[in-house]
Amino acid sequence: MNRRTLLASAAFALGLAGAAAAQDRVKVGFVYVGPIGDGGWTYEHDKGRLAVEAHFGDAVETVYQESVPEGADAERVMTQMALSGADLIFATSFGFMDPVINVAQKFPDVKFEHATGYKRADNVSTYSARFYEGRAVQGLIAGHMTESNIIGYIASYPIPEVVRGINSAFIHARKVNPDVQFKVIWAYTWFDPAKEADAATALIEQGADVILQHTDSTAPQAAAERAGNVYTFGQASDMIEYAPKPRISSIIDNWAPYYIERVQAVIDGTWESVDTWDGIAPGMVGIGEITEAVPAEVKAEAEALIAAMASGEYHPFTGPLNRQDGTPWLAEGEVADDGTLLGMNFYVEGLTGTVPQ
Amino acid sequence: MDLGAINPAVLAASLMVAATPILLAAIGELVVEKSGVLNLGVEGMMITGAIVGFAIAVETGNPALGFLAAMAGGAALSLVFGILTQVLMSNQVATGLALTLFGLGFSALIGQGYVGVKPPALAKPDLGPLADIPVLGRVLFSHDLIVYLGLALVVAVWAFLRFTRPGLILRAVGENHDAAHALGYKVVRIRLAAIAFGGACAGLGGAYLSLMRVPQWTEGMTAGAGWIALAIVVFASWRAGRVLLGAYLFGGVAVLQLNLQAAGLAVPVELLSASPYLVTILVLVIISADRGRAALNAPASLGRVFHASS
Amino acid sequence: MIRLEKRPQPSRAWTVATPLLAVALTMVAGGLMFALLGKDPVVAIRTIFWDPLFHEQFASYSRPQLLVKAGPLILIATGLSLGFRAGIWNIGAEGQYIMGALAGAGVALALYPLDAWFLFPLMVLAGALGGWAWAMIPAILKTRFRTNEILVSLLLVYVAEQVLASMALGLMKNPEGGGFPGSRNLQHYPAAANTELIAGTGMHWGVAAAFIAVIAAYVLLTRHILGFQIRLAGQSPRAARFAGVNPNALVVICLGLSGALAGLAGMFEVAGPAGRVNIGFNQGYGFTAIIVAFLGRLHPVGILLAGLLMALTYIGGELAQFMLGIPSAAIQAFQGMLLFFLLGVDVLSNYRIRLGRRRIA
Repeated sequence: MNRRTLLASAAFALGLAGAAAAQDRVKVGFVYVGPIGDGGWTYEHDKGRLAVEAHFGDAVETVYQESVPEGADAERVMTQMALSGADLIFATSFGFMDPVINVAQKFPDVKFEHATGYKRADNVSTYSARFYEGRAVQGLIAGHMTESNIIGYIASYPIPEVVRGINSAFIHARKVNPDVQFKVIWAYTWFDPAKEADAATALIEQGADVILQHTDSTAPQAAAERAGNVYTFGQASDMIEYAPKPRISSIIDNWAPYYIERVQAVIDGTWESVDTWDGIAPGMVGIGEITEAVPAEVKAEAEALIAAMASGEYHPFTGPLNRQDGTPWLAEGEVADDGTLLGMNFYVEGLTGTVPQ
Repeated sequence: MDLGAINPAVLAASLMVAATPILLAAIGELVVEKSGVLNLGVEGMMITGAIVGFAIAVETGNPALGFLAAMAGGAALSLVFGILTQVLMSNQVATGLALTLFGLGFSALIGQGYVGVKPPALAKPDLGPLADIPVLGRVLFSHDLIVYLGLALVVAVWAFLRFTRPGLILRAVGENHDAAHALGYKVVRIRLAAIAFGGACAGLGGAYLSLMRVPQWTEGMTAGAGWIALAIVVFASWRAGRVLLGAYLFGGVAVLQLNLQAAGLAVPVELLSASPYLVTILVLVIISADRGRAALNAPASLGRVFHASS
Repeated sequence: MIRLEKRPQPSRAWTVATPLLAVALTMVAGGLMFALLGKDPVVAIRTIFWDPLFHEQFASYSRPQLLVKAGPLILIATGLSLGFRAGIWNIGAEGQYIMGALAGAGVALALYPLDAWFLFPLMVLAGALGGWAWAMIPAILKTRFRTNEILVSLLLVYVAEQVLASMALGLMKNPEGGGFPGSRNLQHYPAAANTELIAGTGMHWGVAAAFIAVIAAYVLLTRHILGFQIRLAGQSPRAARFAGVNPNALVVICLGLSGALAGLAGMFEVAGPAGRVNIGFNQGYGFTAIIVAFLGRLHPVGILLAGLLMALTYIGGELAQFMLGIPSAAIQAFQGMLLFFLLGVDVLSNYRIRLGRRRIA
C-alpha cells in the first residue's frame, strides 16, 4: 500500500465515521453537468431526484451539485460527496465516466451510478435510455405529416447517441414515406438557444415542414410556431406549452422510476452493479401525448409501434438495413446488437451528407 | 448539395433578427466606451435583462412592460459597475468581469421559477402593403418592433455623437477626461449616464433573446452573445455605423453557415461553426491593414481611472 | 461632503487591511443573501471559507485541492499580468489554454504507447508552443496590420473551442472508446501522466510551474530591463518609445509569454487532473485568470494570493452547495459580490477619505 492509498483510506475511514454519525438515513448524491434551470437534460434528472425525495420521505436524504465540469472538478465533487457520507451517487453525464471509476476505487463501500457510460466496477453501475425507440415514433409521425418530404433535424454533436437517433427516425420515416429526405444541421453546442432558433429557421426556409431536435431548448418550437405549418416534437421535457401545434408529440426523459428502484435497492441491501439500458417499456423513455393535429390513423399507427416496442416484439433496428455506402449491415430479420448501437457512428442507407468525424 | 434552396432575401431577413441582440448590446457599449469606460460586463447585463424582462412579461402578461423592465434591470446592474469604477475608482476590466459573474448567478437565482414557461408574444406591426413588396418587403418590412428599434438606435447614437453638443461633450470626456474636467464638465456624472445607457441597451438585447428570438428562459441562455457584442465594438473601431456592419456581418455568417449545412455543403462542420469568428477577424484585418484610414480610433481615456485632483 | 484625496503612495496598512475588510463585507452581504434563501448565513459562510481548510472530515482532502484549482489560475494570470502592465490586452487566454492542452496531449497520443523519459518534457514543450503559437496570431496581426488584439484574441477562443470539439470527436478520439467522444485518459499512461509530485498534497508539475512563474515574474519585473520596459510602456507609451522600447517587440514578447504560460496550464491540466481531451475540457480558467490578475493588482505575489482565494471560494462553494443545498447560482453571485467588494474597497489604499468642504487653495 503506497502513501496515496493510505491517505485515501484514512480519509475514507473519516467518511465512514461521518456517515455513521449521520443516523442511518440513506444519503443519495446527484452530480449534474448543467444547471437545473437548463430546462432539459439536467432539469429532468433533478425531477428524478425530487421524485426520490417524495417517494421515500424522511428515509432518504438527497444532495446535489449543479454545473459540474467534466474532469478534475467532477472527481473532487464526488470525493467530497463520498466523504460527507453519501451511500449512493448518481453521476448524470457521459464525461463523468473516468472520475466515477477513480472515486469508486477509493470508496469501495459507496455505490455509484453512471449515466450513459460503459465502464463498470463492483460498485459502479451504468444506466442509459433507449431514446432511439422514441425517435422511431417521431420518424413515423414525421414521415406521415410532411408534405414537402423534407424533414429537418437539429443535432448537437456527432456522438453515437445523436447519430443513433437520426438513423432511427430516418428508418421509420422512410418506411411510411419513401420520398422523405433529412436535412441535418449540427449545432456543435450542447446549449445555445439562439443558435437553435437560427438552425430551425434555416431548415424551415429550406423547405422542411417537420423539425426534429436533439437539443433541449424550445427555440425550434417557437420558430415553427411563427412559420405556421411546421410540426415539431418536444425533447427531454414534454414542451406541452407548444401543443397541440407545432408540438405534436415528444420524447420525455423519465429517470424517476429507475432512481427510486436503485435507492430502494440500497435501502434493502440488494444493490448490485448492473448495466441498464431501458426504453419505452419500463417508462424510462416517455412518449408525450400525440396531439389532435395528428390524424387518427397516424396516431393509431404510432401507438401500435409504441406497443410493439414496449412488448419487445419489434426492435427499431431490424434488418434488412444497409449502411450509407450500400454495404449490408443487418440481414432480413436480424436485430442490431447493443454494442454496435452504443458506438454507432455511421448513417444508414438513404441519408445524405456525412457524419462529421 | 442544394445551394439553390438558399433564398438570399430570406437569409437577409433572418440575419437581421439574429444580429439584433448583439447589435443592441454593442451600440450601448459603444456609447459607454466613447465616454472612456470599458465595461466587460455586457454578458452579465444581457442575461439580467433577459430574466428581468422575461419575469415581468410573464407576470404582467405584457411584453412591452417586460422590455422596459429589462432596460431598467440592465441599467440598474450597470450602475453597480458605475459606482465601483467611477466613485470608488476600481479597475474597470476586473469589475466588468466580476459583473458578468454576478449577473450570471443573480439571473439564475431570479429565474428559478420560470423554467419551462412560455412568455407572451409581442405583436408584430402590420406594415400592410409594404410587407408585400417582392424581396424588399421580406427583408425590410417583415420584422418585429425591436429590430427596427435597434436600427433606429444606431442612427440615433450616430447622430447624437456626431451632431449634438452632449455628444461632443461625451466624446471629449472619453478622449481626455482631465481636460473635460478642467472645462467644468461633470466627468463622473456623464460617465455614469453613459454606463446606464449601455446597461439598458444590453438588457434590451437580452430580453430580445428571452422574449422574442428564442423565446424561453434558461440559465446562461445568452451563451456568449455579450462577448461578441464587445468584439463588435472593437471591430467597429468605435463608430456607430460600423457597429451595424459588424453585427450584420457576424449574424449573417452565423445564419449562412447553418443554411449551408442544411443545404448539404461538403465543408467540415467545425470549420463552418468557426466561420463567424474567422470571417470577423479576417474582415477586421483587411480594414485595419488599410493605412489610409485612421483605423485606430479608440477613445484615448478608454479604461483609465479618472480622479478629480483639483 | 465626503471626498477622496489621492495618497502620494498606496498605504501599506490599508493594502493589507482592505482584502480583509472586503471579505468581512462580503460575509455580511452574502450572509444576507443566504438568509433570504432560507439558509443559515453563519453556517453558509463557515462552509465556504472555513470548512475547505479546517473541516475535520474534508480538510485533508480539500486543502490540497486548493492548489489543484489555483495552479492554472495563477500560472495564466502571471503571464497575463505582464501584458496588462504594458497595456497589451490578451483576453483570449482561454483559447491558448485549449491549444496548449491539445498540443501537449497530441504529442502524447501520437507517441502512445511509447514509454520514454523524454515524453513528458516533450509534452511540456509542446504545450507551451501550442499556447504561444495561438497567441502569436493576435500578436502578428497587431504588429503587421494594427488589428486590435482584444478582438482577435477573444474571438480565437471560440475558434479554439471548435478545434477542441473536432479533436475530441475525430483525430484524438480514443480508438478503444467504443465510438464515444474524448481521448484516451492520460492519467492511465504513466509516461505522459502529470501525477502528484508528493502524494496527497495536490502538488503536481502545473502547480510547481505556477510557483516558478510567480518567482520569475517577480524577478523580471524588479530586476530585469524587460520588466522596466513593460512597466514604462504601460505608464507612458511615449516615454517608452523615447527610451528605446520597441512597441512591436513588446507586443510579441508579452502575448507570446502569456500564451505560452496559458498553454502550459492547459497541458498540465489535460495530462493531470482532467486526464482527457473532451468537448467540455475548458471551463473558463482563462477568463477567471483575468480577474485573478487584477485582483492581485498585477503583482506576482498578489496574484498568488488572489488565485488561492478564488480557489477557496470555488471549493467552499461546492461544499456549500451539496452540504446546505445552496444553488450554484447563489455561489456565483456570492463570488461576484466578493470581487465587487475587493475591487471597491481598494480605494482606501490609494485614497484618503476627507470629510468637510474642499479648502480653496
